[in-house]
Amino acid sequence: MVTLRQRRQLTNRLMVVLSTGATLFGLFWLGWIMLTTLRYGLGALSHRLFTEMTPPPGSEGGLLNAFYGSLMMIVIAIGIGAPIGILAGTFLAEYHRHTHQGAVIRFVNDILLSAPSIVIGLFVYEVLIRRLGHFSGWGGGIALAIIMLPVVVRTTDEMLQLLPANLREAAFALGIPRWKVVSAVLYRAASAGILTGVLLAVARISGETAPLLFTALNNQYWSGSPSGPLANVPVVIFQFAMSPYDSWHALAWAGAFIVTLFVLGLAVLSRSILARGKVRQ
Amino acid sequence: MTDSINRPTFTLQHRAPSRWLSDTSADRVFQLLAGSAGYLVLGVLLAAALSMAWGGRHAFATFGWHFFTSTDWDAVNKKFGAVVPIYGTVVSSTIAIAIAVPISLGVAIFLTEIAPRWLRAPVSTAIELLAAIPSIIYGMWGLFVFVPFMSEHIQPWLIAHLGPIPGLGRLFQGAPIGIGMLTAGIILAIMIIPFITAVMRDVFLAVPSGLKDGCLAMGSTTWEVIRNVVLPYTRSAVIGAIFLGLGRALGETMAVTFVLGNAHELKLSLLEPGNSIAATLANEFTEADSDMYLSSLIALGFVLFLVTLVTLAIAKLLLLTVQQREAKGR
Repeated sequence: MVTLRQRRQLTNRLMVVLSTGATLFGLFWLGWIMLTTLRYGLGALSHRLFTEMTPPPGSEGGLLNAFYGSLMMIVIAIGIGAPIGILAGTFLAEYHRHTHQGAVIRFVNDILLSAPSIVIGLFVYEVLIRRLGHFSGWGGGIALAIIMLPVVVRTTDEMLQLLPANLREAAFALGIPRWKVVSAVLYRAASAGILTGVLLAVARISGETAPLLFTALNNQYWSGSPSGPLANVPVVIFQFAMSPYDSWHALAWAGAFIVTLFVLGLAVLSRSILARGKVRQ
Repeated sequence: MTDSINRPTFTLQHRAPSRWLSDTSADRVFQLLAGSAGYLVLGVLLAAALSMAWGGRHAFATFGWHFFTSTDWDAVNKKFGAVVPIYGTVVSSTIAIAIAVPISLGVAIFLTEIAPRWLRAPVSTAIELLAAIPSIIYGMWGLFVFVPFMSEHIQPWLIAHLGPIPGLGRLFQGAPIGIGMLTAGIILAIMIIPFITAVMRDVFLAVPSGLKDGCLAMGSTTWEVIRNVVLPYTRSAVIGAIFLGLGRALGETMAVTFVLGNAHELKLSLLEPGNSIAATLANEFTEADSDMYLSSLIALGFVLFLVTLVTLAIAKLLLLTVQQREAKGR
């Protein structure tokens, strides 16, 4: 005969086991994916990766043009997305902290944050690439900037709101105009947080593939300018992985390894910046 | 200049550095800049929806409601219907939610109620790293590692044991080729677990400790505290988290493109290759050789955008109610 107390203890223990199991289940996939990327990626690494162009089918080569193209598009995205995002975040935190306007923009921003990236690519294709008549690295950079935007808006908004009110009051008491208070006092105080937002956004866009399929597409050759189709690591990984050639598969794994390393590195770095900021506060 | 001696204030103003903008107008310019950046966020969302509706207008005008009831996908005769990709998106996302929700709930409970304190931060970070891994890596891992694993170990067992069951068995028919809805759903589940977990963990942490302590003081077990206090208190946020995960799953592209199989046929079995809206776009966009083909693809994109927007808006509204209650409680 099981007493009520025993039954309750048993249910409790079963729940502990189940949720611990769920956590192990989650960590198991992380381990499996990381090990796979590490194993195949390390095996495919070589110096040729950074010195040679993407090869034609079946032959050896590197990913130099793809790395360069990705870097260029990320720089374009930061150049467009970061200033607009920081300004929009400032607008929310400093001008519309508790207004309906602010609430609406925050709501839309949060939706944009989770909106499918492939749709952003289609949008840029519709308004830009179709008018241009050819695929373009600028389009890729703009699409990535749009994906980056909500991340920067949100972190800037949050970080500015976290600043103590007496910082603003002290600055205003000195008769400093508002734009100077924001740019010289608040931005400086929240710089670590805002930087984290930009880093997180870069981490998010550096592996993005879907929007680039409709904008930058790919380019087998070296292209120094972003005004034409531009090679980039994610699309190269996609095309090479889907191909039947072993040498292309190896390159795709090498690219995947480096992108993963880069993204996870950024994620860890931005976390440590945030943690340091918290300790100081 | 000459009468400056009679007006001391003039010298004061004169000493101030001359600028091309006074402070008041500089303030106005700055606010205008910030405001236009803020409204750009709104504008992007509207412009994206409108431009896709515009791009898909040929398909909507030609096929009308038939676009949503037809299973055709015929590039040669230029007849397109959205049923197969919509079905694939719905089915793969449903599988993902069915797997991810209980797991995320378990992880969130583990992180907030069970794990010793020193373990919480590292495990939390590890789970969040799952969200940082680019989706193309999931896709590659899926294609080269998980698909062979499914076809050798999981699918033969499913076909042998669940296949003969009448009714349910129809979902598990076919050859164990590894790709298909089930594989895509499982990979989607892994991808959305960190998003759902993060929201659940945060709202569980926000439950007032007085309520939990009271329940414990009455002699409740940890599980009873969770079931009778934590879950009822956070119900709408938990549902919001699920919708957030659903929104992510619906639009996920690269991971499913690798493992769905790009087959434009309506199959009931979860082990057969299929397609989803996002995978169709990724696979066929560069191959679209006619205006109608392109327009149909963009129309598909419009449908996907609309559906995810509604899903995410529901998620956000559910989460907002909790935040507002919290703000009032303080």
